Amino acid sequence: MARYRLEARTERSAAAPFLVTGMAILLTLVAGSGLFLIYGKSPVAGFTAFFIEPLQSAYGIGEVLLKMGPLLLIAQGLAIGFRARIWNIGAEGQLILGAIAASVLAIYFDGSTSWLLLPAMVVAAMLAGMAWAGIAAWLRNSFNANEILVTFMLSSIALQLLYYLVTGPLRDPMGFNFPQSITFSPAATFPLLIEGTRVNVSLLLAFVATVLAWIYMQRSLPGYKLVVGGLAPQAALYAGFSDKRAVWVGLLIGGAAAGIAGVGEVAGPLGMLQRNISPGYGYAAIIVAFLGGLHPIGIVFSSALMALIYVGGDFARLSVGLPSAVTTIFQGLLLTFYLASALFLQYRLRRVDARPPVQAAAAEGAG
Amino acid sequence: MTPLLKLTGMTKVYPSVIANDGIDLEVHPGQIHAVLGENGAGKSTLMKIIYGVAEPDSGTIEWQGTPVTIRNPAHARSLGIGMVFQHFSLFETLTVAENIALAVEGSVADLTKRIEAAADRYGLDVRADARVKALSVGERQRVEILRCILQDPKLIIMDEPTSVLSPQSIAQLFETLKALAAEGYGILFISHKLDEIRALCDTATVLRHGKVTGRVDPREETSRSLARMMIGRDLPQARHGAVDTVGEERLGLFGLDFTPEDPFAVALKDVSMEVRAGEIVGIAGVSGNGQDALTRLISGEERLDAAQSEWVQIDREPVGHLGPARRRRLGLHFVPEERLGRGAVPAHTLSENALLTGHGSGLSKRGFLNFGAMKRFAGSTIDDFDVRCGGSASAAQSLSGGNLQKYIVGREIALKPKVLLISQPTWGVDVGAAAVIRQRLIDLRDEGVAVLVVSEELEELFEIADRLHVMFRGRLSPSVRTAQTDIEHIGLAMTGDFDHMSVEEPVPATADEAGAPGVVGAHG
Repeated sequence: MARYRLEARTERSAAAPFLVTGMAILLTLVAGSGLFLIYGKSPVAGFTAFFIEPLQSAYGIGEVLLKMGPLLLIAQGLAIGFRARIWNIGAEGQLILGAIAASVLAIYFDGSTSWLLLPAMVVAAMLAGMAWAGIAAWLRNSFNANEILVTFMLSSIALQLLYYLVTGPLRDPMGFNFPQSITFSPAATFPLLIEGTRVNVSLLLAFVATVLAWIYMQRSLPGYKLVVGGLAPQAALYAGFSDKRAVWVGLLIGGAAAGIAGVGEVAGPLGMLQRNISPGYGYAAIIVAFLGGLHPIGIVFSSALMALIYVGGDFARLSVGLPSAVTTIFQGLLLTFYLASALFLQYRLRRVDARPPVQAAAAEGAG
Repeated sequence: MTPLLKLTGMTKVYPSVIANDGIDLEVHPGQIHAVLGENGAGKSTLMKIIYGVAEPDSGTIEWQGTPVTIRNPAHARSLGIGMVFQHFSLFETLTVAENIALAVEGSVADLTKRIEAAADRYGLDVRADARVKALSVGERQRVEILRCILQDPKLIIMDEPTSVLSPQSIAQLFETLKALAAEGYGILFISHKLDEIRALCDTATVLRHGKVTGRVDPREETSRSLARMMIGRDLPQARHGAVDTVGEERLGLFGLDFTPEDPFAVALKDVSMEVRAGEIVGIAGVSGNGQDALTRLISGEERLDAAQSEWVQIDREPVGHLGPARRRRLGLHFVPEERLGRGAVPAHTLSENALLTGHGSGLSKRGFLNFGAMKRFAGSTIDDFDVRCGGSASAAQSLSGGNLQKYIVGREIALKPKVLLISQPTWGVDVGAAAVIRQRLIDLRDEGVAVLVVSEELEELFEIADRLHVMFRGRLSPSVRTAQTDIEHIGLAMTGDFDHMSVEEPVPATADEAGAPGVVGAHG
């Protein structure tokens, strides 16, 4: 009988991260086929609806790009923290705070035609996201509070804050008591990037963030310090790189990116503040960041894939009749398979040929 | 008589190197058999094969006359092969007894008694209820030795077990090993300390580049002849330069008191010393006596409150409150005892690792990495110290311990220190590389650098240090001129007896006296 065992890898090939991502996608497709079959749908029809149909129309491509924007932006920010082993999983809350801060400006300056309004909203959103993430950084550095729990719980608080504001102070007085703000004026919304779609200029911010993230992580000394802190905390201490600073930087960058993603939604496709701002972008971006190997370039591709899954889920619901939960399931499958495959970055499976075991008795007898 | 273990034609090929090339080895009951070789000679691979960790490509293993395939370490242990590793496998959050209970049958309470009995008998001073987290490297190794002994093996493999023991404990361990051998246990003793092997072992198999280059009775050999078999040439001798100028005080500690957060760690009490330009000061002592806290306090990895900043001074400036980067800017460089994970980032390339301490010295410009400069820096360090590796793009973790140590020492020296603190400079480093490192420390001293060496290897300290302190339970002895003391006296001080450590004026002020070491009589 053949047995297998995990062995630590002594060296890593450059292709390994790509193989891991490829493997995760492949396994997701296989498991997805099973899922379609359980629903009594043809996998071919299911996957066509999921991954092909959205890319066959300008509208579909536009929707994919629209969803790719926030995912890309947030994931770039989170990946920087993750490289430093700062686990910010509350990007959703930071996004909401960003959306709220931007909305306050848009509502207060309603009717303004100043070109300054939109940049001011972006800055306000960024600062709000940073402040929300900064709470976690402060608690971690002062009281060693676990940032995973703090950022996660702050997301729940952010959501409740949003509910309160859209049903109270920021509600449209002429809006028939609907829990939403007034519609933002044109000066407070992003201009469209591609006519005939909903893609707006905020997508460019995500690409700018990608370039900045690449420069920061691959070329700058502060980025290097952050990575050393994540890979070898003792070496960072020895070198004199501050771990508290790394906590601040890791969380604030993630918060800034998520905050800007928030303004991209309310000043973009939504055009107002409402109860549902994000279909879980802050959480999906965690998957995007890991699937992209925490690398700025890899994240461009993984965010496109994740956006396609979002849009594909809608298409599959309409054309094949799959439930909308399929999108969430696909995200979950992707993350699970990624984590399982990532094990093989550090380890390899080795077949151990079972040989006839030596009788302990024989060994004893010879003694 | 049937050998306990017989290896024939053992061969193991790794993608880039033939680690073992047709090695034959026999260990008989009652024998203490040395396996001698430089780092990379194939000792570790051979031991991994015997312990079932690595599978040989060809060759046969016979255990007590029966051919066997050792499938895994559990199988090896069930046969009666025990191993004390150089790298420890202990759970930090568990106590000593709990760790041992994971490998040895019996309740923790029962084991505690057995541990204490064994610890007492073999002079392995360690508390059964202490958490491993709080133990020093030396103490952890004692736990490993205890765990192995309690498993009641027939063959004990010891992978460089003495590197962290005091001379007295080494003597005691040797008595233990000899007693075990007399009872019929076979012992495989891996080391590159030639005098130890000559004192302890009755057979030695010498390896070089994966092949057997000698099979001798070490008691009939000289250290010189063993070394020649091991490295294929004569050892370069470290030479002292004439100490004609001992200069200004560079590093000073003044009544340093320090209580670590960890209740099991050793507190420092009233530690005072100074290191002047152009001298090498050594700190002897068994590890776990406060050296770790001391080196961290000097390097800045552990900081004092601003009110206590005067306790540590560089060039007479108080620095106790500053972090490592600020102290480095003042000219203090440090080589820590852990290379992977502290002195270097394992997954990073050598050129990225140059940046770790060199980022303030031209390897980055206005916050951006200067890849060209990093590569040149790494390349010249590799050339200068003859670091065996695939080049500046090799990952630190791909280098052997000795080569990585050469790289780290080379990096810190290339950064032009005014004060160099180096902890265990040659721990686990082969004799050839150790000689190179020691010579470079002497050269550095001759160039006017203040060098502080913390080491457990007394021969090393006697070879290079101008003055010696001894550290024991958080206290530092007064210093004594190396030329005016000997190993017995220092060994005595390592057990807490500081009486004979002279409180003389530590450094001669004139060039005249400074030339004296080696001329003055050996006894203080």
